[in-house]
Parts: sequence; C-alpha cells; structure tokens
Amino acid sequence: MKARIHVTLKNGVLDPQGKAIEHALGNMGFDGVNEARQGKFIELELAETDREKAETAVDEMCRKLLANTVIENYSIELE
Amino acid sequence: MKSAVIVFPGSNCDRDMAVALEKITGTKPLMVWHQDYDFETVDFIALPGGFSYGDYLRCGAMSARSHVMKEVIKRANDGVPTLGICNGFQILTETGLLPGALMRNANLHFVCKDVAMTVENTDTLFTKDYAGGEEIIIPVAHHDGNYFADDDTLDRLEGEGQVAFKYTSDINGAQRQIAGITNARGNILGMMPHPERMIEPALGGSDGRKLFTSLMNTLN
Repeated sequence: MKARIHVTLKNGVLDPQGKAIEHALGNMGFDGVNEARQGKFIELELAETDREKAETAVDEMCRKLLANTVIENYSIELE
Repeated sequence: MKSAVIVFPGSNCDRDMAVALEKITGTKPLMVWHQDYDFETVDFIALPGGFSYGDYLRCGAMSARSHVMKEVIKRANDGVPTLGICNGFQILTETGLLPGALMRNANLHFVCKDVAMTVENTDTLFTKDYAGGEEIIIPVAHHDGNYFADDDTLDRLEGEGQVAFKYTSDINGAQRQIAGITNARGNILGMMPHPERMIEPALGGSDGRKLFTSLMNTLN
C-alpha cells in the first residue's frame, strides 16, 4: 500500500519561502496568485495491507517524525 | 566539571565547544559520537552547532530521534545541565525538551555576523555571571533561527523568566526577538548565538565566556 503525505505550515505561521515564490510568480507576470504556501510531500511504500492499521501507523509516523506539529499540519492519503 | 559534547554526523562546532570548555573549565570534555550512547556520567552535556544529518526533513529532526538523544533526554529530564547551541537548539526543540520551533529566517538569508543581545534573566545556572539587562556581542551563523511559538507559549516563557537572551534588533524574524530560552526547571538552555566562539580577545571578544563560568561556578 502506498501512503502519500502532505506536510504544510499551519495557518498563521509565516511562510517566508511561500512568500518568495508568490513574489517571484508576480515578477514573472503570473497575475492573480493571491497566496503561495510551500510544504513537503512524502511518499511511503508500506508492507501493511489493512487500511485501518496503515492509517494508524502513518498517523503515528507523522506525529513522531514527519511533521513538527508545533508549526505544521499533515494530511494522509492511502492507495 | 566533567562535560560531554555530543557529535553527530554533520556537527561542525563540536571542536570549538570542546576548546571553550577545556580552556574555561580546565578539563577536556568527553566527545560522544552519536552511536556511543552509553557514555559515562557527566556534569554537563553540550549539543553543538552544525548541520547534523544534513538538516534532512527539518533542522535537528533526525538527531532528535537518534539513540544518543534518548540518553540525553533522560539525563536532561533527570536535571543534568544541558546546552544546545544553534543546531543544538534546533535539536532541543525537536525533542520537545524546549518549547517552540526554529524556522527558516524570515528574510530567507543565511545570517552570519556578530549580533548584540541582552541578558534577560540572570537567575539561571547559565547566566548568573552576567549583569541583568547586560548587552553582549555574540556571533550567529544560521539559516533557520527564526524562533516560533504560539502567543500563549511566548507569554508563559516571558512570564516565567524562561527567555534567557533577546536580540537587540530583528535579525531573523524570531518572535519577540528571542535568541535563547530555558526549560521551566532551568537546567536546559537552547540558543542560536555561539558563545563558544567569543571566549577570549583573540576571537574578537569574550562576551561568551561568562556563560561557561556561570555554569562552572554553579557546578563546582
């Protein structure tokens, strides 16, 4: 089973890299980008075949390592 | 005073820390490679600056979960004085021993220069040789020193005297210009500036020296 994890900065946490991307897009002439936020994408290949167990395990991985929950949110997709 | 300096792959201020500790305390510190986590009892543990594990995932994230840190966390929780400088501070926040997180500098620049900061609390084992509100010059060299915590945490840190140092100007976007904090018990200090690089005039100044003498005078 594959797990796809998105890690993003929480709302309210300043994202300087996102801001720089937003400005660069504006400078390149791409109008209408109101905001850019940068995050991480992590893909895991899991041995687990039970969906519920996989979700529990990946959630724990996110809380304990993949995301820093002081500043980041995460979302998990299983396939 | 017997010290240990923890060395991770990618640490690069471990030797500066060792020189400072030996010159000031008179005793060579134990250099503990991250895999040698069963190290002897020491009076003080230092987590040096650098780019441990290449800053993979997040600065300090990998080191915080290493075997040696399990031992450091245990000893720090038992009350052993523990100091994290720069990457060491990032590791301490990643372990949860210190609150908050260190994010990319707000202006995205790597900042490498001597900065002025004030000693906010002299009632800690790391700062008691300084005068209250004393302004000192200490170098910084970091890309991710932008201290972040939510407002409640920041209020608590300031209210409880856990903010040890503040920059006198905004150098990296850190909330409330925080440069260094302690835990509630006061035995753990994390800071972005490098006091070990400012211990004698030949290095450009000695403002960092009192941090180590404070510690030594408390422990001896």
